[in-house]
Amino acid sequence: MDVGDIAVLEREDLDMLIAALRSMGFRTIGPVVRDGAIVHGAVSGAHDLPAGWHDHQEPGCYRLEQDESPELFGWAVGPASWKSEFFAPEETVWRASITAQQVTLSEPDDAAGPVAIIGARPCEVSALAVLDRVLMGGAHPDDRYAARRDGAFVVAVECGAPASTCFCTSMGTGPSARGAFDLALTELVEGGHRFHVQVGSEAGAAVMARVPHRAITESDRSARQDVLEDAETRMGRSLDTADLPGLLARNLEHPRWEEVAKRCLSCGNCTLVCPTCFCSDVSDVSDVSGTVERQRRWASCFDLDHSYLHGGPVRLTTASRYRQWLTHKLSTWWDQFDESGCVGCGRCLTWCPVGIDLTEEAAAIRAADGAVATGERRAS
Amino acid sequence: MTAGSRPTLAVWKFASCDGCQLSLLDCEDELLAVADAVRIVHFNEMSRAKADGPYDISLVEGSVTTAADAERIREVRRTSRRLITIGACATAGGIQALRNFAAEGEYLGAVYAHPEYVSTLRSSTPISAHVPVDLELQGCPIDRGQLLEVITAELTGRRPVLPVHTVCQQCKGRGTVCLLVAEGTPCLGPVTRAGCGALCPSTGRGCFGCFGPSEGAATGPLAERLLDDGMAPVDASRLFATFYAGNPTFGDQAVALSRSDSRADLAEQEEPT
Repeated sequence: MDVGDIAVLEREDLDMLIAALRSMGFRTIGPVVRDGAIVHGAVSGAHDLPAGWHDHQEPGCYRLEQDESPELFGWAVGPASWKSEFFAPEETVWRASITAQQVTLSEPDDAAGPVAIIGARPCEVSALAVLDRVLMGGAHPDDRYAARRDGAFVVAVECGAPASTCFCTSMGTGPSARGAFDLALTELVEGGHRFHVQVGSEAGAAVMARVPHRAITESDRSARQDVLEDAETRMGRSLDTADLPGLLARNLEHPRWEEVAKRCLSCGNCTLVCPTCFCSDVSDVSDVSGTVERQRRWASCFDLDHSYLHGGPVRLTTASRYRQWLTHKLSTWWDQFDESGCVGCGRCLTWCPVGIDLTEEAAAIRAADGAVATGERRAS
Repeated sequence: MTAGSRPTLAVWKFASCDGCQLSLLDCEDELLAVADAVRIVHFNEMSRAKADGPYDISLVEGSVTTAADAERIREVRRTSRRLITIGACATAGGIQALRNFAAEGEYLGAVYAHPEYVSTLRSSTPISAHVPVDLELQGCPIDRGQLLEVITAELTGRRPVLPVHTVCQQCKGRGTVCLLVAEGTPCLGPVTRAGCGALCPSTGRGCFGCFGPSEGAATGPLAERLLDDGMAPVDASRLFATFYAGNPTFGDQAVALSRSDSRADLAEQEEPT
């Protein structure tokens, strides 16, 4: 097969795909059920995948349930995004050992080896492209992220089961696969359990050369079409993106920011589950024996510390922090990176402990475009 | 501290359970290195030997609950170059601050057979209510990693790295599935200061708030969520009042919940200050 080719993989041969990836030296990480959610874990074969599991998501609520269905990908997205596989939540950037005579510097070695991620949704493939641009696209690429990302293999799985919190159709990121995947599968259950396979790269073609597959038929094509059309109709939410960056940019004093602040916990969960939020904090720590480490960990714009400049934090109120987050995601991200920072995965709705809905907040601002909070001083 | 000599460290106990000071002895792997770096000259849990002050670093555990202790903390402050409080008692009054919310003598009568022999102050107060404090380390008990960080930072002359953000951030960092969202388990993580490494949620228990409120904690909206999930106001009140009742952010929320039968009463608690 070549890039752009399409074939069919029978369900019983899915193990062969995972085995091929493993034999080529990839760590295979995919969806597994743990602690009441679909998260990422080591997958050694199709038996590790969440057969028959389905998620029910609402703002502030996530529940899993299992039925007799043989579906392996009958769910939307879990709390973990693929970001954490490449952009570690916490890591040591370098280490220094200090004695009276000398300072020795060393960088920790990521010996884990290249990863194959199995089951990335189209919205997540788009999210990785957004992160790539942020962390590798500029003049100062993030070496640690790049090293993990460059060798990675992406098996996307098109979405057949969007949640009530999903809005990828609004953001143009799904439910069909697009962008940089190596292979894209579509799970077809009706008329024989099988996968529609698209080859997205030379690496993907090399893997398929080791995996049994057959030519696609007209009924396979229409079955995939049915899955995707059905998914579009089941998309639980939508976001009106017409001039969205402009809308938010001209509504920085909108009363809605104060209103949402009364509900917002400022806990940072939305930013941590977001597959594109990239902020990190760097600190140098030492121990009594003279070892010094520079550590990097995820940070959130909801932290008071995040806006700490000389003299103190500049975003003291929850309103200002929520506004910073939403306007960056949907508006100023365009100024900075020429695209949206939101891919419509809906995680920030589901995993917000109080269920704040990004699409609802943006819609409320649009509904009263130009409103200014009473007594609010216009930003200079 | 004078050049060439190790700085001195003293550990002081006020009204407390000793758990926080024992965190120092719990630093088994690092204890010898710490003992090489400082001279521990006053630490009842470790040695009968005591040296007079002044002390370079004083770690103070416990709250002030007696008139004698209110005097003693002034002496500790007077003889300490740096005074660092360790734990919920020393920084917020501890569990014993629950008596601040009860009628006078109510707890005393419930605990002691002969309360007339006990002489205490009306309330349990943090060390900072009595003397200036250089640094407050939160937790019930404190995290020994944070204690080492504070001691190391003091010795190095740098600021310690102590998060002021929420437990949620440590849960997400270690990949713990949110108990509140995925199970409806009551959890104070979204308003509690990180530092424990999100220990309880990692074992399936909601956060008890034992590191006190995070910076800017919005307890009102979280209380509403707990009630939405079916928790009784009195239970939600107890959750907020357990370890950090003496801190107004949690204490005021606990009082509001205890007085409310309905969510409408919580409206004034919504705005974090």
